[in-house]
Formats: sequence, C-alpha cells, structure tokens
Amino acid sequence: MARHLLSAADLTRDEVLEILRTAASMHDVQRREVKKLPALRGRTVINLFFEDSTRTRSSFEIAGKWMSADTINITGKGSSASKGESLRDTVLTITAMAVDALVIRHSASGACHQVAEWVDASVINAGDGTHEHPTQALLDAYTMTQRLGDLEGRRVVIVGDLTHSRVFRSNLLLLKTLGADVTVVAPPTLMPSGAGPWSRQDGFALEQDLDDALFGGPPPDVVMMLRVQRERMSGGYFPTAREYTVGYGLTRPRLDRLRAANDDVLVMHPGPMNRGLEISAEAADSLNSVILDQVSAGVAVRMAVLYHLLVGTDGGSIEEGSA
Amino acid sequence: MSDLVITGARILGEAAADVLVRDGEIAQVSEQPGAIEIPVDAEVIDADGLALLPGFVDLHTHLREPGREDTETVASGSAAAAAGGFTAVLAMANTNPVTDTGEAAVHILELGRRAGLVEVQPVGAVTKGLRGEELAELGLMARSKAGVRVFSDDGRCIGDARVMRRALEYIRGFGGVISQHSQEPHLADGSACCHEGELSGRLGLPGWPSPAESSIIARDAMLAQHTGSRVHVAHVSTAEGVEVIRWAKARGIALTAEVTPHHLALDVSRVTGYDPTFKVNPPLRPQEDIMALREALADGTIDAVATDHAPHARHDKEHAFVDAAFGMLGLETAFSVVHDVMVRSGRMSLADLSTRMSSAPARIAGLTGHGRSVEVGAPANLVLVDTAAQVVVDKNASHSLSRNNPWHGSTFTGAVHTTVLRGRLTARDGRALVPEPAVGGGWAAEAQP
Repeated sequence: MARHLLSAADLTRDEVLEILRTAASMHDVQRREVKKLPALRGRTVINLFFEDSTRTRSSFEIAGKWMSADTINITGKGSSASKGESLRDTVLTITAMAVDALVIRHSASGACHQVAEWVDASVINAGDGTHEHPTQALLDAYTMTQRLGDLEGRRVVIVGDLTHSRVFRSNLLLLKTLGADVTVVAPPTLMPSGAGPWSRQDGFALEQDLDDALFGGPPPDVVMMLRVQRERMSGGYFPTAREYTVGYGLTRPRLDRLRAANDDVLVMHPGPMNRGLEISAEAADSLNSVILDQVSAGVAVRMAVLYHLLVGTDGGSIEEGSA
Repeated sequence: MSDLVITGARILGEAAADVLVRDGEIAQVSEQPGAIEIPVDAEVIDADGLALLPGFVDLHTHLREPGREDTETVASGSAAAAAGGFTAVLAMANTNPVTDTGEAAVHILELGRRAGLVEVQPVGAVTKGLRGEELAELGLMARSKAGVRVFSDDGRCIGDARVMRRALEYIRGFGGVISQHSQEPHLADGSACCHEGELSGRLGLPGWPSPAESSIIARDAMLAQHTGSRVHVAHVSTAEGVEVIRWAKARGIALTAEVTPHHLALDVSRVTGYDPTFKVNPPLRPQEDIMALREALADGTIDAVATDHAPHARHDKEHAFVDAAFGMLGLETAFSVVHDVMVRSGRMSLADLSTRMSSAPARIAGLTGHGRSVEVGAPANLVLVDTAAQVVVDKNASHSLSRNNPWHGSTFTGAVHTTVLRGRLTARDGRALVPEPAVGGGWAAEAQP
C-alpha cells in the first residue's frame, strides 16, 4: 500500500477490501472491555486540523490511542496564509518532531497533496476543502458492506450539494472501485462543473430530478443524503430551504415510496444533519437509517487505515503489534 | 560609445546582411559581405547563422519595485528582460505604493534608467489604489516626464462599467489606452483559481469560467466603440474571448489584444497535482483554448505576445493552492517558448513573431523607438536570436530574484543570443551584461509627448 492516503482513488479494490476486513476485526476490539492494541506502540500520530471538526478529529484520536500510538492534536483556525506563515513552514515545523503520520484537515482543496510532497511522514487526508474525504468514504463502504455484502452492481444514489462536497467525491471514487452503480442528484446550481464529461468518463449517472433517480429505475439499495449548508442560499444556489426540501429532501412520502419498492433500502448521511431540510426526522430515525452505524464505523476504519499505512500487511498480527 | 558591427545576420530570418551601429542608431545596412568598412575600435559580432530582429517589447511586466524588492527590483527584472531579448518593458502599476500619480510614474522611469538594461516604461493605474472606484491622476501621469500612455488596474478588473466608460473618455484626449484584466468579478471572484470545467469539478477548486473573460471583453468593446477610445485586452486566455476580439475588430473597434507564452503552451492539466507554480490569473485553460489562441496569434487577431512576468517569493507560493499567489516568471523564456510553439511548428514565420513581440506591442504602447525595422536611422534596439539552439530551462540560472518558473526542466528550440539597447550590448549568450553605474544617454525619451 502507498505511504499516504490522499484520495479514495489511491486504493485498489484489494486494498479497500483488506482495509474493510481489518476494520471488521477492529470493530470487534471496540466491543471488548479492554480496547487497547499494541500495534502502533512507539509511533507518533499528529492530527493537524486547520478546520473545525469534532467527529473526524475525535475518531482519529481514539483510533490512534486504541492502537497505542502517541496521538497529539494540533488545531489552527484559518489559513496559515493569514498568519504570514506558509503551509510548508507550518508542516515542516511539526514534522521536525519526528512524526510518523500526519492526519490533516484543511479548508483548501489539495492541501494534503501538497503537504505529502514536502514531508517524510505518512499523510492521511481527513478532508481537504471541497475535494476529498477518503476515510469517510471507507467508513461508508464499510457500513454498506456490513449490510449488503459485495457492492458490485448495487445501486447507490447520492443526493445534495455535490459542488461543495468532499464526501461525494471520495464516495464516487471508492464506489467505482467497488463496482457499485452510482447515480448522483443535485439541483443544476449544485452540480459540479464539468459533471457531464466527468460522468461519461467515470461511468456514473447524473440526475436533476430526485424522483426520477429514486423511482425511475430499479429501486436503490442505498440513498446517501449530503448536508446542505444554509449559507448556500445566500450564494444564490437555491431560493429557499422549503423549495430545496420539496425538490431534493428525503421526505416522509419519499421514504414510504422507497420502502415500498425495497424494504431494506439503506439511508445514509455523513452528518451533521439538517433535519427537516435534506432529511426528514422519519427518514433519519427509521429502521432503514444506518447513520449511527456510520459514526460507529469511523473509529474502526481509521484504526485500519493507520495500521495499513504505518505497519503494512507484512507487519505481523495486529494483536501482537509490529515491534 | 564605440561603434558596433554585426556581420552576417539574417534580418528577420531572411537575407543575411552586415549592420553598422553608431551613436545608438543604425548607420548602415548592407547585404554585400564586407561592404561595410569596420572602424578600428568597433566591437564586432559575428552573427553568422543568427537572425537579427528589433528588440522585443513586453506590454505586461511586474517588476515589484517599490514594495516587494525581495521578489524583484527594477534592476533584476531589467536584467531578466535583457537576457530575454527585450529592449522595452511596460511595468505594471500594482506595486506598493501603486503607480497612480505622476511622481510615482517618474520614479519607475528613473529606476529603469539607473538600471540601464532595458527601457522601463511605467503603466499608470486607471483608478486610485487600483480600487476600481475613482480615477487616478491619468492626466498628470501622461504629462509627466514618464509620458504614461498605457493605463491598467491589472490584477483587478475594472468591473464597474461606469468607471471604465469615464476612464476611456478621459484618456482619449491624450491618446491613452486601457489595458484591461478581463475578469467579471461576480462570475470569477478572488478565490477563482482553476479553469471552470471537468478538472475544477474533480479537484474541488473554485472555478474561473470562460464567460467571466469574454463578457468583459464584449462590454469593453462596446464601450470603446461608444467612447471612440482604445481598449487593450491583457492576457486573453479563452477561445470565446478570441471570438469576441475577432468580432470587435471586424466592426472596426479600436481593440487590441495580447496573449502570454504560458497560455499558448501550458494547459489546465498542469494543476492536477495542486502545484502553485502553475497558479496564474487568468488560469491555464484546456487544449481547445490553447489551439484557438495559437490560431488567433498567427492570424493577427491577437496583436502581441506579452509575458505577464510575475515574480513571487517562495513563501508566497508555498501555501495551499487557493491561498497561494497568482503568477509565473516569463521574461527570460518568452522568445524560446513562442519560437518553439509558433514558428518551429510552422504556424507563423520569424517575421510574424517579430511583429507580435516587437512592432505591434511598441505601436500599442506608443514606444516609437522600439519595434522599428532594421534600417538606417532607426534606434539600434535589436536582438540576435539563434533559431536552432536548444535551451533547457534552469530556474536557478535566472536573473530574476524569484524562482516561480513553470518551465524548469523544459527544452525549447530557439534562444536569445545578444541584446542591443541603443547601440550598447545589454545581454550576451543569454546573460545580461551589468552596465557601468550612472548610465545616461537619453535613450529612454521616446515616450514623452
């Protein structure tokens, strides 16, 4: 496996499946009374978060700690540019302290790719601007495979603000690797530029009408709702929250219709949710919802990613550690 | 100053001739080998196999002085220009302080004279502080010793149509021209940094859509027609921008345009790895745009090549892509890139290149001493080029104080050999010759009214 995890596209199908298998055994560890594994003993993992995050940062922190790594959080609001220090200087200062892995979240697309060029440590992308969030895609894939098994040919519909969504981009890449049949839905103003040629090149379907996407063909296996930021309204992307919900929300009537077609349909959301905007309370709390499973998978998947990047597959048994 | 004799140079790449330069002017041209009697103390350049062209003129250079002398000075930028075969450069106004007064313009002019390697002609800001609101002292800059004729808020677009209209009306009286950075500020705001298209969608970078350029060119063309004044389109980068320019010219509107070497040669795929070296404004575009730009330069729809030489400190580039500074170096590599892409490929002749890099920009800027034919009586602002030489670009060999060079490691065919400013050598074998201190000579006076 490569040294870094910058994009969901960095992983081959076999590597993804291996990470998911490791994640499953890590998930079992989580249910033990004593959760600590020695696998990353003596390793230093720095969570470098230039942008606010609660769930991603804490799940990386817990993942590192349960693997016995020394985990340190560094947070800095705003871009380093505004402080007069270059991004390169900032990360070189930190990696000068003999760091094994840098988990980075940054508000700018591509920041992790740039950092990976400058440092010796493994770089894990924990969300870069509106570009990618590969560990989210892995935990989503984990959640899906736990319920559905192999994703080959499974129908996944992704709905929402695609332009600004790193969750969408990473899921699209990873689901393609796993052979799923993906349809993406957004109002025209929130469809990424060049989506037409992109979808033809990468083999996914575009829809502007949510009902066509959900009910126009074979019933979906997964419906993934993305968060819509209310600020987008002032940017003129759509007129009102009400209009968005009518067009693109997973409302109760839509949920009922979906379940009538496929009683086992999975409802997903990367969080945090705007209940009543993109997802109704009924959908979020239904038996079809796996939203909390996604959160729960986060730690196990990140343990698996740290393990595969820092120890690799030849490092011996996870339970025994590498040292 | 001793006489200079250039022997055996092919003028505009055509017939070989000997040229005698005396007192800064071309004194004799003869196609008869040996017909020119070589004065005893003359400097002789054996130019066998080289082509002789009028010195290049750059309509669009950022010299960063005053304000960012750590990234470039008038002297270091002049050295880069001379090494690149330029004999005149237009220094953009977005310095700190901005060149928006007569005094500021004269200061730039004098710094250029002191450096003595190239004629540095200041560009004046259109609006105070480049804020796009109130007119800068356009008339005082024009009347100053610097004789400013080209005005630009480059780096920013004059988005307010009323301000643009007033500025055009105002400068018409003294034959000025506005060089517009065409970027509709609502369609492409300050964060826009990647051509809007499939790649910006994939990379999650803020898109810079083509109509943000073409809509401003169209608006400015109508304002030029309405006011009877002149607009120059800086660094056109899109096929649709070219289409609007072609349309405006066909209507007889006084519109001219320039293209940069990088927009002729580098496509948007360069930003795939988020390397800020390739972050430039307007952004690198797809192949279809590049092909349209090459065609338009060849057929004259685009009048001139201009470098948009934009030095930046390493620490201003080593930010996340959206936070990094816009711009790349261009003075030293311009000829090699344009020669390789346009002449060697057969799209145009060396004489066409000379028009686009010398006479057309000199005419647009009103620099009467540059871009002249190689003939008796013309000021000896000349460049010798070797059209067969291979150049491998090494960013560390630059005269610039900055290293944001997108061509590092690239190979081109075509190199600048020698540059002559008013009869004096300013560069040889691609290296600038640092002049004696306190150069005088009045060679920079052409732009005065």
